[in-house]
Amino acid sequence: MIYAQILANGLVLGGLYACIAVGFSLVWGVLNVINILHGTFIVLGSYVALFAYNFGGIHPFVSVAIAGGLLYVLGYAIQKGLVNRVISAPVLITLTLTFGLDLVLNNAMLVAFTADYRKINLANPLGSFEFGPVFLPGDRVAAMALALLLTLLLYWILRNTRIGRAIVAVRMDREAAALMGVEVARVNAVTFGIGALMAGAAGALLSIVYPISPLNSSLFLGKAFVVCVLGGLGSVPGALIGGLVLGIIESFGSFWFGPEHAVTISFALLLVLLFVRPSGLLGKRGYE
Amino acid sequence: MKNWLILAAGALILAVPALSGNNYVLRLATIVCMYATLAQSWNFIGGMAGYPSFATAAFFGLGAYASGILQGLGVPMIAGWGLAGLVAIVFAAIIGGAILHLRGHYFAIASLIIAEMLREIVNTTPDLTGGGMGLNLPILQLSVDTQAKFFFLMMLMLAVATTATAIIVQNSKLGFGLRCIQQNENAASILGVNTYAYKTGAFMLSAIYVGIAGAIYASWVNYIEPPDVFDVLLAVKPLVMVLLGGLGTIFGPALGAIVLLIFEEAVWRNFLTVHAAALGIIIIVLVLFLPNGLLSLVRKKSSGSGA
Repeated sequence: MIYAQILANGLVLGGLYACIAVGFSLVWGVLNVINILHGTFIVLGSYVALFAYNFGGIHPFVSVAIAGGLLYVLGYAIQKGLVNRVISAPVLITLTLTFGLDLVLNNAMLVAFTADYRKINLANPLGSFEFGPVFLPGDRVAAMALALLLTLLLYWILRNTRIGRAIVAVRMDREAAALMGVEVARVNAVTFGIGALMAGAAGALLSIVYPISPLNSSLFLGKAFVVCVLGGLGSVPGALIGGLVLGIIESFGSFWFGPEHAVTISFALLLVLLFVRPSGLLGKRGYE
Repeated sequence: MKNWLILAAGALILAVPALSGNNYVLRLATIVCMYATLAQSWNFIGGMAGYPSFATAAFFGLGAYASGILQGLGVPMIAGWGLAGLVAIVFAAIIGGAILHLRGHYFAIASLIIAEMLREIVNTTPDLTGGGMGLNLPILQLSVDTQAKFFFLMMLMLAVATTATAIIVQNSKLGFGLRCIQQNENAASILGVNTYAYKTGAFMLSAIYVGIAGAIYASWVNYIEPPDVFDVLLAVKPLVMVLLGGLGTIFGPALGAIVLLIFEEAVWRNFLTVHAAALGIIIIVLVLFLPNGLLSLVRKKSSGSGA
């Protein structure tokens, strides 16, 4: 029955991966920008949760709202002030710009917070509970549930609110949306803000699972890449499926081949998938 | 003809003061030549064909490790360098076949992932590569001064060879085809350019000299480890240098290499803890205010660099 346990671990991990990737995927799909800053945004969210817990005693699950709010403002400002200036430039330019921004922000975090790995030790952990043959750590499962809830909330917002419909419209056809009276520049900034918000929220949730350090940002960014390519771009269900699939594959991969190969497996998978199906498992052709 | 004269003059201008200076100057000049090789190589695929490749770090690390492992097996140093170039170009042909049908972001990500994968493979095969412990290379039985001069001359020759290749390609059918692809790949394809073959050719050209540069670098520093030779910055700096100098130009990359190194050296000396941020700031300023490079300040000439 070890497989049930591995599957459960994979699903818990996968829920968090989905939350990591959904904002990245949205920005990529709507703005056609690969946001290299995403990993650093996630780590910043983790630090918000860490400081809120250490100095205010605020539980990381509550800090999700604080981290999300702060990062929304940061993301909105970065898009409006910098990224928007080159938004119609080719891939190379926008990608390079976010890379440069990432170097600055990540370096600032290294100086401010040092590279030491830190951890939140919850005063009242939820402990673990047994579910038949499967052990589930309470805090991780709660974090995953919150991550899924946030992802579904984003899905609801995109489908049912005015700004959500505008975002989807821009993703489908930028020119047509502009002709219908959508303020594309504002939608771009809001979308980037939402991407950063989801990153910050994911970071706060991850703070109780992963150790916290600026050095982790590229790890998270790599996961976001893989999930996006697995699930296809710009869609919430795609990120959800991609995240869960990656979680399960990594979980089984580490069991069969050893945990040191988990990263290689996910990257190899990514390359194979890019080769045979560049638009993702759910994606429609024509986005590439 | 003009290009060849500029190349010869540039090599001389760099070589004379470097060889008569102290070892610090020689070290800087060696790095300039290495950077110029990387930037010039990236220009084949990134500047001429307009494909945002981040595979430079992969080719560099691959060359460094291929040569290091071969020398460990008793292959002479120079032969090891040549074989490293061969490994890199064959690898580029295989990988290029797999990822060059991707465009834009997908290509960028796939090329970025390759270095990460190679790094993980090196990390997890310690019997062959030394893994995270790194790999020691044979030490040359030469005096320190002679070694410094020797490695500088080797890197200089490599940079000259890369630039010479760029001049030849620029004026050839291949260069013309690549510029067509950069401007409109579908149109080029319809007009009968075999885009796949041309792109693969450009990708292979962008690999061979980088592989050799990695091999020379490994012999120069005597010790390599995965985070050093598969560093993502090795993939980013070439494109920063090319952007500095001007996309798709012949001497832009070399100029960019010199400017970037001077800047890096100044930052390393004075603000060590924030050198990554300083590089980031250059990138931001460059992208926002100087998208056509420094040369565009000097002369307003659009040589197909509207990418």
